[in-house]
Amino acid sequence: MKALLIRDLRLGLRAGGGFGLGLAFFLIVVVLVPFGVGPEAAVLTRIAPGILWVAALLAALLSLDRIFALDFEDGSLALLATSPLPLEAAAVVKALAHWITTGLPLTLAAPGLGFLLNLAPDAYFYLLASLALGTPALSIIGTFGAALTVGLRRGGLLLSLLVLPLYIPTLIFGAEAVRRGADGLATATPMVMLAGITAGAFALLPFASAAALRVNLR
Amino acid sequence: MSIWEYANPKKFMATTAPVLPWLFALAALAMGVGLVWGFFLTPDDFRQGSTVKIIYLHVPSALMAINAWFMMLVASLIWLVRRHHVSALAARAAAPVGMVMTLIALFTGAVWGQPMWGTWWAWDPRLTSFLILLLFYLGYIALWEAIEDPDTAADLTSVLCIVGSVFAVLSRYAVNFWNQGLHQGASLSLDKEENVADVFYIPLLVCIAAFVLLFIALVIQRTHTEIRLRRIRALEGRAQHAGRVEA
Amino acid sequence: MIPDLGKYAVSVLSAYGVSILLLVALVAMSARRAASARARLSRVEARVEDRKDG
Repeated sequence: MKALLIRDLRLGLRAGGGFGLGLAFFLIVVVLVPFGVGPEAAVLTRIAPGILWVAALLAALLSLDRIFALDFEDGSLALLATSPLPLEAAAVVKALAHWITTGLPLTLAAPGLGFLLNLAPDAYFYLLASLALGTPALSIIGTFGAALTVGLRRGGLLLSLLVLPLYIPTLIFGAEAVRRGADGLATATPMVMLAGITAGAFALLPFASAAALRVNLR
Repeated sequence: MSIWEYANPKKFMATTAPVLPWLFALAALAMGVGLVWGFFLTPDDFRQGSTVKIIYLHVPSALMAINAWFMMLVASLIWLVRRHHVSALAARAAAPVGMVMTLIALFTGAVWGQPMWGTWWAWDPRLTSFLILLLFYLGYIALWEAIEDPDTAADLTSVLCIVGSVFAVLSRYAVNFWNQGLHQGASLSLDKEENVADVFYIPLLVCIAAFVLLFIALVIQRTHTEIRLRRIRALEGRAQHAGRVEA
Repeated sequence: MIPDLGKYAVSVLSAYGVSILLLVALVAMSARRAASARARLSRVEARVEDRKDG
């Protein structure tokens, strides 16, 4: 399992692996927003939690189709399926690799971008915490979507259509946690829900992903 | 005699074909009676005025939008466990019907709320949940369309339906939380479960029955179509193969 | 004939209008698909029969 993880991390981090692309996209979207809604500070403060979460979510979406596509094309996915490592575990490892190369950097970069949107000072901690709790869910949900569409040539758009509705609960609780933190309100409920979604997703989706992979490898 | 006998496509078609015209006729009758009764013969509501008449379309379509997805879920599970093609095809057949029901529920819901909310769309928790359901329907249908091999498509869409169902329930709670805060109860949303007076209730039941009958009739008809398309594909595939063998 | 819908006339009528339109469109499209599938199937089956006999 560790070997698979290291291999995927190495693949993801080298040039062309999409590592920097996600971060760059995150930056660009955040920069774009004030141009769209106007530079008024109060407005930006109000919408900053949501924008940061949506931007991080879209950036995570970018690299999802790479999770299985390369391995599928060169046959290593078929090999993986016959290896002693259960496909469910492989799905978890792939999701983890995606998170380490995408979700985690986005989480760490987010506070840096928060100041561009005039994020309230109290919110920074909750921004970090909610993204840290929620981006793993985005990775495992995305892995499921990637497993469904791995056999398709132009699966990217369909992948987005399938995955984005599944992202909605995580987005709702994540952004709400940051908003409540900004206003000094209690954030326990959304944070707990966020953790619950991530935990539940990691408990259940690997099975669905493995099932989808097996179907596509037939 | 077990219900699984009808899993055989031929038997399914033979059994349901004679019933189909009656189902459509009954659905049309119920729809006519229900809508005419509801539209022309019921009084206005004290608070909502004549917009209460929208209830005869909104409630049945909303019910069917959810029940259609639920039926797809059951059919998907049956496909995954017992590999009955009729089940998989029935799920595929039901999806567009469910999607249209969702669209009707969304449109009538938005219009119904307009006098109260003052806008043509408000992110009311119930309506928002139906919007998310619409996205799920779109994704499900898109996945069926995207995959060439029918059995692969059936398998993958079934898995999607199951995962989608879990997230649909989760989204319902998330959306309620998002709009009102958990446990606070909706103050603005259209309370469909408010006790509807008798004078409204009976035509409403007739309309609900009409929508249910229409759903069943359409799904049976569309499943027939899917079965025929599948047979066409099989015959044409065999013909191609035979042609290649002969040549 | 149409009852006095008051100020909500546009709302109610558009709700009914669009809904009925959607239902009719759904039924019509389903019927058309069904008829075309049935026709195609009989053509393909006829061809298979011919090939078997011929």
